[in-house]
This record gives sequence, C-alpha cells and structure tokens, in this order.
Amino acid sequence: MPVMQPDKLGHWGIYGGRYVPETVMGALDELEEAYQKIAKSEAFQKELLYYLKEYTGRPTSLYFAKRLTEQVGGAKIYLKREDLVHTGAHKMNNTIGQVMLAQRMGKPRIIAETGAGQHGVATATACALLGLECVVYMGSEDTRRQRMNVFRMELLGTEVRPVDSGSKTLKDAINEAMRDWVSNISNTFYCMGSVVGPHPYPVIVRDFQSIIGTEIRSRMLEIEGRLPDALIACVGGGSNAMGMFYSLLGDESVRMIGVEAAGEGVELGRHCATLCEGKPGVLHGAMSYLLQDENGQVQDTHSVSAGLDYPGVGPEHSHLKDTGRVEYVPITDGEALNGFRVLCEIEGIIPALESSHAVAQALKTAKEMSPDKIVVVNISGRGDKDLEIVEGLV
Amino acid sequence: MRIQEQFDALRAKKEKALIVYLTAGFPTLDGFIQSLKETAEAGADIIEIGIPFSDPIADGPTIQTSSQIGLENGATLPVILNAIRNLDLKVPLVFMSYFNPLLAYGQDKLLTDMTEVGVTGLIIPDLPVEEAESWKAAAHSINVDTIFLVTPNSSDDRIRLIAEASTGFVYCVSLTGITGARTNLSGDVSGFLDRVKSHTKTPIAVGFGISTPEHILNLKDHADGLIVGSRVIDAIRNGEDLGKLIRELKDATR
Repeated sequence: MPVMQPDKLGHWGIYGGRYVPETVMGALDELEEAYQKIAKSEAFQKELLYYLKEYTGRPTSLYFAKRLTEQVGGAKIYLKREDLVHTGAHKMNNTIGQVMLAQRMGKPRIIAETGAGQHGVATATACALLGLECVVYMGSEDTRRQRMNVFRMELLGTEVRPVDSGSKTLKDAINEAMRDWVSNISNTFYCMGSVVGPHPYPVIVRDFQSIIGTEIRSRMLEIEGRLPDALIACVGGGSNAMGMFYSLLGDESVRMIGVEAAGEGVELGRHCATLCEGKPGVLHGAMSYLLQDENGQVQDTHSVSAGLDYPGVGPEHSHLKDTGRVEYVPITDGEALNGFRVLCEIEGIIPALESSHAVAQALKTAKEMSPDKIVVVNISGRGDKDLEIVEGLV
Repeated sequence: MRIQEQFDALRAKKEKALIVYLTAGFPTLDGFIQSLKETAEAGADIIEIGIPFSDPIADGPTIQTSSQIGLENGATLPVILNAIRNLDLKVPLVFMSYFNPLLAYGQDKLLTDMTEVGVTGLIIPDLPVEEAESWKAAAHSINVDTIFLVTPNSSDDRIRLIAEASTGFVYCVSLTGITGARTNLSGDVSGFLDRVKSHTKTPIAVGFGISTPEHILNLKDHADGLIVGSRVIDAIRNGEDLGKLIRELKDATR
C-alpha cells in the first residue's frame, strides 16, 4: 500500500499547509531547507542515534504483557515501553532532534509550549544537554495541575512562563509561544511538541518519532517472526501515534487505532475527541480536524489528561482518518482511569493518563480478537506525573 | 466605496489615508457601532473591522482582550454583518479576520454577504498568498480586494509575490512582532517602506505599533496609508474622546 507524502507546502489533500503570519514564512523555508540538508545528513543521524541510544536509553523494549493477555482472554498484548525513555515519555525522541537542528542552524534560543509538561521537560532536558537557552510557555491552569514538571524544568535551567489567556491550557500556551516566535524570529527556534503546526513541523516531528514504529517492526519480527495485527496509541496532537504508525502504514495487514480523549463523554460536550467529533478548520498554522463552534471559534476542551487536552490534531492524522487507513475512537476519563489501574495492578507498570487511554482501548480490542493475533499498545509515557491527579479522583 | 477610489481621491488632495482598526463587539455591540460612526465622522479614510477570534496569534494584549470581549458580546460574523447593514458610512470598510471564522462561514457566502453590506476588502493575517489562491480568485471575481501583509523580514521575491496578489493596498507590518501600541517604533521602518514601494504600484499602508501623530508625521512620506489599531482600542477602553483622537491622527496625515 503506497503511503501518501505531503506536497511541497506540506498538504495531505486539504490538510496541513502553512496558515501563519508572514513574519514566520521565511523562517519556515529556512527550517525546511535546514531539515533536508542537515538533519538528513549521515553525520547528524549518527549523532542523533548516539544520543538516543546512550542518553535516552533506546531502543525501548517491546514487552509481552502475559498476565494482561491472560486476563483479557483475546489477542496477545505487547507494550511498547516509551515510558522507559529518559524523562519518562516519547517526547525526548523529538526534542533531541529539533534542538540538535537548532544548534546547527545557529539559533541560540529555544522556545516551546507544553501541556502536561512532558514536552517542556524534554525540551528543557535537550537544551541542558546541548547548552542552549530555553523558554517554555505553559497554561497557568497546567502549571497548577503539573506543579512538579514546572519545578523539573526550572531545575534544568529553563524559564517557565505561565500563560493566563483563554482557557489557560495547551492551546493558549501555543498561541503565546507563536507570539514569542513572531517577535524573536531571527534568533529563536520553535521546538514544536507534536505533529501539528505549519509545514514542515508535522513532517519533522513525525520523522523523529518514527523510530517507535521502526523498532516495533524489527523487534516484532525477531520475537514473533511476523508483523503485529493491530497498533493502538493515544492521540492528542498525535505525535506518539504518528511515530508508532508511520513505519507500518504501508503494511495493509496491520490495523491501526488512534484513541482520543472523550473526557466526560462526547455527548456532554466536555471532551477533546477532535477526529471523532470535529470538522476541518485552521488552528496554529495548519488545516486539520478542529473542535469549533458553528462560527469557527475554537472550543474549550476537557480531559483528565493534560497532554490530550487540545482542540486540534495533526494534519496527517486528519488525512489518515479520511482515507480510512486509521480508525479513531473515543475513550472517556473513566475508561482511561480503569486502564490505568489495570496496568498498575496486572503488570506493575504505572502508565501516563494519556497512555491509559490506549490501554483502555486495548482491553476492548484484544478481547474481540483471537489468541493467535497480536496487538501492540504504545505506552507513550509513565504515570508518575499524574499521581496527584489520580489520588484526587479515587 | 472601493479602496482604490479613496486612495485616488486622497492623492488628489495630497493627503495620506488614515486607516483605523476597530474590534467588532468591543466594548459592546452598540458601543462598537457608535465607535464606527464616530471614527468615520472624525475623518478616518478606511476602517478595518476586526472579527474577534478565540486564538489571535498575531495580536498583543490589547487586541487579545478586545477580541475576547467582542466574543463574549456575541460578535459573530452573522451578527456583525447584520449590525453594519444600512449604516451608510461613506468610507471603505474592510474585514480583518483570522482565517477560521471566514472558513466556517463559507467562502462564497461570505463574499456575497459582505459585499451586500458594503465591505469591500479582506485582510487575513494567517492566510499567506501560497494558501490563498481560491479565496483570491473568488474575491476578485466579485470585486472584493485582497490585502496581504509584508514584513521587514520578507525577501524581495516574497514582497513582489505578495504585492502582486494584493489589491486595494499592501499591508506593511512595521516590525517583526505582534500588534500593540508602542512608544517608539524600532528599526528602519521608512527604509522598509521604500523597499516595498520599489516593488509595486499598488498603494502601501503601514501598521503595527503606530500610535501617535508623531509616528504618522515620521512615516507619511514613505507610505500611502497609516494604520492605527491598538491605540484606538486603548482609547475606547479608557473612555478617551475617540473623535478627538481620530482628528489628531488625521491631521497628521495632511
């Protein structure tokens, strides 16, 4: 099955593109050129692999969850352990790559947005590692919910700027980071945290994250001698899912399921199931599915997991939904919390609340499949950051 | 009135255009209509009506806040179109809007409906020329002007491309940054304006940060129009005499 690549300006059909102020158009061209020339060079890839291996601890394991499989009583369930990556989530795969690129482009100042704080911590870590100045924008609601991640970033030498506008969450942090970028374009590199934003960001972040799927493919061939039957990952902006799916998109036999946060339930309106419930629109520089009202105003969202609490989604996911290659399904806060508990109790792994959405879906999907089938769930991050939230809910 | 006619008339009088931005629905729906009338009567030559959006990434705190208030007051496109119908303001009106509210309303429907109430131009700060092909063609076919933005870091090639796509005027952003009133304008704004002028015969107007008659006096020999936004919004919020402010700004363009 051929995998569609975006056109020169980053369009997958109607999705993607560059819907940004003129001030950053030149910088996007510059980034695109640097990415093609520098990041794809052998020397860059060699150094990136060195850091991924020796610093972040890759490759991560593909663990057969034996007890969980027995309990569910269906397909074999494997866990891709991105929670074991340094700083506790897949986010490092991307930030090391982008910060290395920024350094080679001669940009001394890095900015980033963060929701739950994982991308912020991963950016702060990469900047500490490579010696660059770092500023992270974070909604003031999230600085409160994820206090420890704010402290982590500060320990790493990053300045965290709370954002008080709008809903005071991830969307507003991105707005403020974009305003900073527009104002400091000559010396500043925007380290985008997900497969969103104007071209070429969705491609860059996907490529850096695609190591997840590449490792799954080769390791699964070693263990089982064949490819898995289904892949399951949570989708907020969609970077861990895109990273997991990309290397296997061409393998028709592999079913792919993206799990969105249904919050308190999509029928109640307090959710962030963008692909399930939204319609095409433009936010943060790209056209994609978007949760918006009839007047094109972006809607407030809700999820128990701050990392999924976003009204947009990556343009490539939007395209994969329309083509039917990937199924996108909603999981509620309650179902995610159940997935969280099950994985803690049955496997001794505390997953992030984001990843718990994928676990919850895996419980349903694996059950419907026969024992000779194989499902892989992406445990995109560990749940230590969420303990206070979970404690408050039980 | 079309924008081009206004620029022609002003050139004959050896004046530059004072272009004023107002956020729709701010401070209230009625207050906005009142400001619109006052601004036109006090001598503004072109008025930009800002359509409030939930995520204004190119705007500073002043217009972020006025947009938020506009939204809370229900200033959606259908409401705005209805409110400005029959005002008969005698100056060209343009909509300044982020792309998504326009997209949600629908390209052809919007162009028809805005023309009907006398709005003859569109400024869309997050729609670069590369993404604007369909809107540009549809707008020009119904005589709506498409006003694109150039910035000090735009290359000469891009300035040519953008100027070519622009009708009515070319919007020159005075700085690499977001909207907001500033005490001093930084960098070589007049040099930038001269550079844009060398690439086009379409009128050029400068905005972002322009807030005083002195700013206008300093720049008016380098542009055909001067755009004031955040300063006007601040004045409305502070209860200043809007007519007096507009008259002072307009005097500086003569």
